[in-house]
Amino acid sequence: MNEVDKILTEQDKKIIRALQNGLPLVTRPYQSIAEKLELTEDELVEKIRSFITDGKIRRFGATVQHFELGFVANAMVVWDVPEEKVSETGRIMAGFKEVTHCYRRPRRPGWPYNLFTVVHGQSREYCAGIAKRLSRATGVTNYSLLYSTAELKKSSMRYFE
Amino acid sequence: MRLDKIDRKLLNLVQEKFPLLSEPYRKLGEIIGISEGEVLARLKQMQDEGVIRRLGAVFESRKLGYSGTLCAMRVEPDRVDEVAAIINSFPGVTHNYLREHQINMWFTVLAGSEDELGEILNLIREKTGIREIMELPAEEIFKIKVNFSLS
Repeated sequence: MNEVDKILTEQDKKIIRALQNGLPLVTRPYQSIAEKLELTEDELVEKIRSFITDGKIRRFGATVQHFELGFVANAMVVWDVPEEKVSETGRIMAGFKEVTHCYRRPRRPGWPYNLFTVVHGQSREYCAGIAKRLSRATGVTNYSLLYSTAELKKSSMRYFE
Repeated sequence: MRLDKIDRKLLNLVQEKFPLLSEPYRKLGEIIGISEGEVLARLKQMQDEGVIRRLGAVFESRKLGYSGTLCAMRVEPDRVDEVAAIINSFPGVTHNYLREHQINMWFTVLAGSEDELGEILNLIREKTGIREIMELPAEEIFKIKVNFSLS
């Protein structure tokens, strides 16, 4: 049994399963979910708060489809950063509002890039401009832009099912 | 779908601060200055049109005990559809993008354990006949933001 199994009770998993269906568009959405779980509305809201506090819920709100909103270009910009500079560089890049994701990942044979950022914008030129600004701000010059040409799948994970 | 000023306000608000109150839609209406009924109608339309995918919790997979990784593969252009169908058939594959690069298929996989993750990748190798999958798990996370601010 790993640490998480100890922390997550069967009841917690039930709540997570119910929450991943999304909130219904009714006057009292929490009440509506709580009823099915045989909880009170307050108990459910408290549970959601505790999941937010301990980081199990990363964000509580609407998930939007960015293609529908005109953010049509999506570039993964990958950077070859000296090991000792990765943390600092990652933090600087994360500070740009145009950067939606920023992760350190391992290098692989034939793949020298160890810092990954995702940039969304209205056009490719816009994304390329952001990459240039990121490069200037961090001094990292070996990078590559990988534009997406098709979204083949995008879904929300179903946990504990 | 054309979003008017009120839709945009509402969309910014529900992405950032969804109220944890008994009647959240009424509260949103109060903030924007419209009725609860109008909030519900606008949200329903944005859901129906696919602008909003889901309302509510976005879970942090690692904190729920899940393992995950970004994967990348080189797929011959004439096999893209077929290979994507195999990869996408796994529920743990949540995102898959085709990108302009020699290594052109980029997907994320989530699984209940490291072992299960390895099994899924082996099944993908077996079913596609493509042995080379570059596994790139996150080692440090500096930012995950999925809000899109609308002016």
